[in-house]
Amino acid sequence: MTDLGRVLVLAGGLSHERDVSLRSGRRVAEALRDVGVDVFERDADSELLSTFDTDRPAVVFPLLHGAQGEDGAIQEVLALTGLPYVGSPPASCRQTFDKPMARGLLERAGLNTAPAAVLPQSTFRELGATPLLEAIVTRLGLPLVVKPARGGSALGTSVVRKEEDLPSAMVECFAYGHVALVEQMIDGIEIAVSVIDTGDGPDALPAVEIVAESGTYDYHARYTAGTTEFFVPARLTPELTEQIKRSAITAHRTLGLRDLSRTDMIVDSAGTPWLLDVNVAPGMTETSLLPQSVRAAGIGLGDLARDLLGVALSRAA
Amino acid sequence: MDQYPDTSRRITDAAATSTGDRLDAYVDRYATRTHGMTASEVRSLFSVASRPEVVSLAGGMPNISGLPMDVVGSLLTELVDKRGLTAMQYGSGQGDALLREQICEIMQTAGIHGHPDDVTVTVGSQQALDLVTRIFIDPGDVILAEAPSYVGALSTFRSYQADVVHIEMDDDGLVPDRLREAIQSVTDSGRRIKFLYTIPNYHNPAGVTLPPERRTEILEICQQADVLIIEDDPYGLLGFDTDCPRALRADDDERVIYLGSFSKTFAPGFRVGWTLAPHAVREKLVLAAESSVLCPPAFSQMAVSQYLVGHDWRGQVKAFREMYRERRDAMLEALDDLMPEGTHWTRPTGGFYVWLTLPSGLDAKAMLPRAVTNRVAYVPGTAFYADGFGSRSMRLSYCYPTPERIREGIRRLAQVVEQEMELRAAFGASATSQRPGLDAPAPNQS
Repeated sequence: MTDLGRVLVLAGGLSHERDVSLRSGRRVAEALRDVGVDVFERDADSELLSTFDTDRPAVVFPLLHGAQGEDGAIQEVLALTGLPYVGSPPASCRQTFDKPMARGLLERAGLNTAPAAVLPQSTFRELGATPLLEAIVTRLGLPLVVKPARGGSALGTSVVRKEEDLPSAMVECFAYGHVALVEQMIDGIEIAVSVIDTGDGPDALPAVEIVAESGTYDYHARYTAGTTEFFVPARLTPELTEQIKRSAITAHRTLGLRDLSRTDMIVDSAGTPWLLDVNVAPGMTETSLLPQSVRAAGIGLGDLARDLLGVALSRAA
Repeated sequence: MDQYPDTSRRITDAAATSTGDRLDAYVDRYATRTHGMTASEVRSLFSVASRPEVVSLAGGMPNISGLPMDVVGSLLTELVDKRGLTAMQYGSGQGDALLREQICEIMQTAGIHGHPDDVTVTVGSQQALDLVTRIFIDPGDVILAEAPSYVGALSTFRSYQADVVHIEMDDDGLVPDRLREAIQSVTDSGRRIKFLYTIPNYHNPAGVTLPPERRTEILEICQQADVLIIEDDPYGLLGFDTDCPRALRADDDERVIYLGSFSKTFAPGFRVGWTLAPHAVREKLVLAAESSVLCPPAFSQMAVSQYLVGHDWRGQVKAFREMYRERRDAMLEALDDLMPEGTHWTRPTGGFYVWLTLPSGLDAKAMLPRAVTNRVAYVPGTAFYADGFGSRSMRLSYCYPTPERIREGIRRLAQVVEQEMELRAAFGASATSQRPGLDAPAPNQS
């Protein structure tokens, strides 16, 4: 086993997903301690950089979710300070965290994304909301999924089944960010495929099939144990299982991701996978999806985290 | 399990062996009352509010920075030195006898002449709320409470599966006519009212205070309808312009159960509160308390008792009042200067809170993420209603931040409200949230 030296697990931050990040950080830090790694945890705050002067870690595992953690900012900071870290390079994070930009790249790589419209808040103000909303419904039909163009944990996301509910869904979405992504809702089986790369190239872990009790995998369903049933591996045919794993690896490569990622998708009734979102810093909480895949693969979370840290260190060597 | 009957033949594997996992092995064992205990976006957003970059007008933490820590330290040292063996031992289920006498002296400030035998010391007044609810409430029983009401009480009432019926307040607190109507309506429906829960002084969250004439009228109404009153009074000593208002309990020692606390007048960390209840009720409360915690912490009780004897606690309360008054003034001044037209708020004369109601069509809960992005936090009004109402309102707390931070927080909040108004204007009336209660009745003194 490589001696990693002192490892920093970075969690918290100021995004709307701070709470989720803190839980992810705690869990990974504990898992690393269980396998004998010297870990300390801290928030990403105004004293972070001065900490690097006095208590410089050998390697960092950033587990910041949402903006700052997934938009490439923290990765850029770590790169500037010369600290090796687990995860994707800044530019890859930027293009992945921006859902519309990622959709464009994934489509060009031959992957399916749901028909969608991307509209900033200012456009509604300048052109008038009513005709724009009508155009959205005419073009995309119903039901729709309204979500912030940048963000995670389903925050600000609404399923719109009736046209009259669309304006309030847009307003709730714009509370989280300036740009909305409105997608045609694809009916089907909700799947998450995690991809890890511990040095031998990206490999897809067993897929997780998500069955939310309420029918919607929203914030409540994500973080309240007991409200969602997970099947790992997903109950898909072997052919489909292979196809979605290939899709997740293609997404990982297309977006230039590194070490780990999670691709969320819907498999429709015809067996077509539609990509919803790709995450550069997948959740690691007790109810998160990547740890379930890791467990189903027979890997310990601490072992995986330690291996990823080792890969990050070797990149810096 | 066949979740997808239309498609299972084509895309799912009939031979799949994976079984479902809900990640909570106990999910089918929980009592019904735990079903509401779930993750929420709002709770998650409050995690950000703990960061120093955010001006939190959300929390209700007493500002104890003015406490003389050297004095408290000496008192605690003396307690350990002289009575440590008693302080660290189990104590009486009803609470320390000396402290109960001291509590009776304190309650005299509110015109209450209680007997130490009728006092039960509790682990904060939150435990008092729990005990009172436990001994009186069966599932489905009706509790009358102000609209809005204290979130911690509503949470307790929910856990005992009570049916909370809210009563409208105005600038002077609970409206007696609305109370009469609610009692009539509940009685006509064949349901049983177990008690009225009220916070007459410097209400949490509404910031209003019940004037003396209304207190008399409310007592009369409850006497006529044979309704018990739970009077929750954690802020009574924290008035800015007057001494402690006369308690409801001062004029009715049979119908009113009084709840008090040292959390705001001394320090919440000791977790010491109390009930003053008629003898028969007190007996039940002590039995319920013993089954819950055996006894309130002896160390905390003796520490509070020692503080009351060994320090000018009345002078300290006066200092607290001045500090909170300065913060209240800062908040009201900033609201007057900065809030857009159509926003209204109460003008508290004591306590910790301002209740603010947004311009028509705005939803405080939906706006909270925008506020957090702009580094200011508040508690959306829906938290203070058991029925989902209150979404147009919010509670602003001025007790903890400095006056400068309060002004900055209100400046940020005003910007957020203006942004939200602009957005709502773009989307028109159709963007109004579908949540109920945007126009719930609530006090409004602006």
